[in-house]
Amino acid sequence: MQSLLPSFRAARSSVAANARRTLATAAAAPAVAPTPAASLAAKPALMKEFQIYRWDPAHPTEKPRLQTYKIDINQCGPMVLDALIKIKNEIDPTLTFRRSCREGICGSCAMNIAGGNTLACIAKIPRSNDSLKIYPLPHMYVVKDLVPDLSHFYAQYKSIEPFLKQKPGVAQNKNIGPNGEIKENLQTIADRQKLDGLYECILCACCSTSCPSYWWNSDAYLGPAVLMQAYRWIIDSRDHTRAERLAALQGPFSVFRCHTIMNCARTCPKGLNPGRAIAEIKKMMASS
Amino acid sequence: MSAAATRRLSGLQRDVLHLYRASLRAARTKPAEYRANWTTFVQHEFRKTMDMHAVRDAHAIEHLVRVGRRRLETLRNPAIKNVHT
Repeated sequence: MQSLLPSFRAARSSVAANARRTLATAAAAPAVAPTPAASLAAKPALMKEFQIYRWDPAHPTEKPRLQTYKIDINQCGPMVLDALIKIKNEIDPTLTFRRSCREGICGSCAMNIAGGNTLACIAKIPRSNDSLKIYPLPHMYVVKDLVPDLSHFYAQYKSIEPFLKQKPGVAQNKNIGPNGEIKENLQTIADRQKLDGLYECILCACCSTSCPSYWWNSDAYLGPAVLMQAYRWIIDSRDHTRAERLAALQGPFSVFRCHTIMNCARTCPKGLNPGRAIAEIKKMMASS
Repeated sequence: MSAAATRRLSGLQRDVLHLYRASLRAARTKPAEYRANWTTFVQHEFRKTMDMHAVRDAHAIEHLVRVGRRRLETLRNPAIKNVHT
């Protein structure tokens, strides 16, 4: 235990130093960075090559290309998003990508990193020597650089009506206020647990854009992310329109283009399993 | 019939013409006093990129058609009355 303690302290101080170094990527930082010399000397430069997809709509006749950036990843946060921000701050301000929460809860920074769809903010930079390739989400129209056009994906999400729909007169467990107004829709613990593994989805579109079925039939097939949300509302005990929701998904395309390839579950950055949810929908449709 | 009218068009050429036609028709739904502005605007937006692209640069043209469709959706909004070029 005693031997562990100093190394733990060392790790903490190196984390603090890292935070300082990350701050140092901001434009006006050199003047305010607190004594970086000591911590900088501690780690040798580790140059890593990033090859990033570039395409600018302002010059539509120019073909998309991979642009190479070299940065010292010892001077950078641990995640791919940190590297992208560092590149944008220090090397090329024209590099375009979406980001917001930097902690894997907003789903903005979904992109194809080293061949797999994931969130840049929770994907570690591999410390190997080879270059890291970063593309926008595959098979989506590109708005610019790493920004895909998700409007069709959102339109599909809208089409499943992802909100609570209730009918008057259906007996339900409700918390009624003093003036007869409905304060809450109550739910048993067991019913609530059915939503676990579904409600966590942040709609980053990693799964849908990794699905070959969705690549070829995105016009008719809803894709894993949207179907998982459809299932989330189908099994919600507070929703009264299960039959209508299932009927809306009937047909050879909306659901049944899923051929259980399971790329969705493999790629999901939140560790969810959309393939299972789709299978459950198929079962409900078969038995209803 | 003129040669231009009988010429076989590619799918992409038809897409562009459809978009152009839809845009001009959308212009006609705008208030009469601003209609000329709208027509000029639509024509200008199309002619601006006309000489920029080789006929075979399909990717660039497809992209412009997608952008154009999105802008058309916005400009169709009846709350938008006038446009300045």
